[in-house]
Amino acid sequence: MTETRQSIVLSKLAEKFGDAVVSTHSDFGDDTALVRRERIVEICTFLRDDPDCRFDFGMDLTGVDYLGEVPRFEVVYHLYSLEKKQRVRIKVRLHEEDPAIDSVAAVWPGLNWYEREAFDMYGIVFRNHPNLKRILLYEAFVGHPLRKDYPKAKRQPTLGPQE
Amino acid sequence: MADIATTSKGSGKLDMQAEPVILNIGPSHPATHATLRFVAELDGETLLKLTPEFGYLHRGFEKESENATWTQVVPYTDRLNYVSPLMNNVGYAMAVEKLCGIEITERSKYIRVLICEISRIIDHMVCIGTNMVDLGALTNFWYFWKPREEAYMQLIEPLCGQRLTTAYTRIGGAMCDLPEGWVEKCRNVCKNSFLPAIKDVNALLTKNRIFIDRTMGVGPISKQDAIALGFTGPCLRAAGVPLDLRKDEPYLVYDRFDFDVPVGEQGDTCDRYMVRMEEMRQSVRIIEQALDQLPGGPVNIDDTRYVLPDKTLVYTTIEALMQHFKFIMEGIQVPAGEVYSATEAANGELGYYIVSRGGKGPYKIKVRPPCFNMFQGMPLLCEGQMIADLIATLGSVNIIAGELDR
Repeated sequence: MTETRQSIVLSKLAEKFGDAVVSTHSDFGDDTALVRRERIVEICTFLRDDPDCRFDFGMDLTGVDYLGEVPRFEVVYHLYSLEKKQRVRIKVRLHEEDPAIDSVAAVWPGLNWYEREAFDMYGIVFRNHPNLKRILLYEAFVGHPLRKDYPKAKRQPTLGPQE
Repeated sequence: MADIATTSKGSGKLDMQAEPVILNIGPSHPATHATLRFVAELDGETLLKLTPEFGYLHRGFEKESENATWTQVVPYTDRLNYVSPLMNNVGYAMAVEKLCGIEITERSKYIRVLICEISRIIDHMVCIGTNMVDLGALTNFWYFWKPREEAYMQLIEPLCGQRLTTAYTRIGGAMCDLPEGWVEKCRNVCKNSFLPAIKDVNALLTKNRIFIDRTMGVGPISKQDAIALGFTGPCLRAAGVPLDLRKDEPYLVYDRFDFDVPVGEQGDTCDRYMVRMEEMRQSVRIIEQALDQLPGGPVNIDDTRYVLPDKTLVYTTIEALMQHFKFIMEGIQVPAGEVYSATEAANGELGYYIVSRGGKGPYKIKVRPPCFNMFQGMPLLCEGQMIADLIATLGSVNIIAGELDR
């Protein structure tokens, strides 16, 4: 029952956005769609508003660093639908030279801080974000610690009282 | 860091009548409970703008996990929500088991339900107790502290040898079976500690005029806003949305129990209190049913790829010794893939997004901490209200810095 309904979301997505959906899979029971970054806001708005999808919760957003692969970064969205009780995962690949994507904070205000965290940890830039600055770390922090090429034991400048 | 305008206007004296006053609250303040900071812009006592800030407890859980084996991550998860660490253990173990395709034993499922519900009760007790301390009602705090202590002394400590750093679950089961007499003790704690304490606090607060004046209509949120901001758990249910993963996406054996999901209407501090009180009673119901149904049998699955061999075998046979050695030195092997697994923790949806590329450790772990969204919603909950209401609201949304900052 849920199996068929969930694949409806993926097939609707593929049907509606055609080339923008690169690939889909349902491994481990998690419906996943890899999409192109250009249409991410459009896709997210569709997923939120379409009567068959109704993903009204933007549950989680994070980045992943696949160092050595091209494109290097991935932004992962996890959505939940209160009405249909279903989940979907949307993924976008970003190139190392230009790790930027449009912000979906306007679609789900709850993802505002998650985008800031992804920026903080991976240096992924969310365009049109209302307040894109570091969130868990401090402004003087150098680098993005969850990138795979950031050494775990690296020291950072300590903050003292400012003049 | 939040920008604070420190430039003095005019003659250098602040005109208190015309200028908003910037007040810094925290990061180390008794009423923030954890290291949180607010920059509040005040007009008199009214909050005009609130800027929450955090990260003081950031210790790189996710970075650290990428360098650990699958089993070594379990103790790290204790430190997420340190008020109910067992739930984090369960959530993590379930996520990895989903990746491995492991179906754990019946007994293990029931034990996990039991420890989750005990954790939910003590978590709610801490939340309500400390919230009331901030409002000047210390008695409730001690009324709730005693049963919480009973749960630690009689249930959690005998179970895993620790109070807060439990690290109880393992991939494919648990560290050990329930100790002898645990079931009776659990019944006893529920009946003689939890329920009387809930009754006492209910009698002290629910119809208390001062309590109602301080909490009703304080920090309200509408259904739509709560959903848009990604609220989950008691804060969402207080706003009137009956989302509870135990009902909506039944995991473990939650579909076998008869329990209700309380919902509020206004989404204010009073509703959050009422929802938590009722949830504790429902959790006691679940515990009692689970104890009645608790099956026998092994706790761990019978699969040496994931579970340590029996100690007597390790000491007597070479095969088990080698197995043990490889298991400890190399860790368990988890297939490549990615999963998102969500459980209903005391604060809301606790999600683990795990990426594995095969091998002994996780490639990436992302925790979705439930209070992250609640903390994000603090400006919406508090702006336009009085500064004292900020304290009442902050206590009632239950921010746990351990999982907020990771």
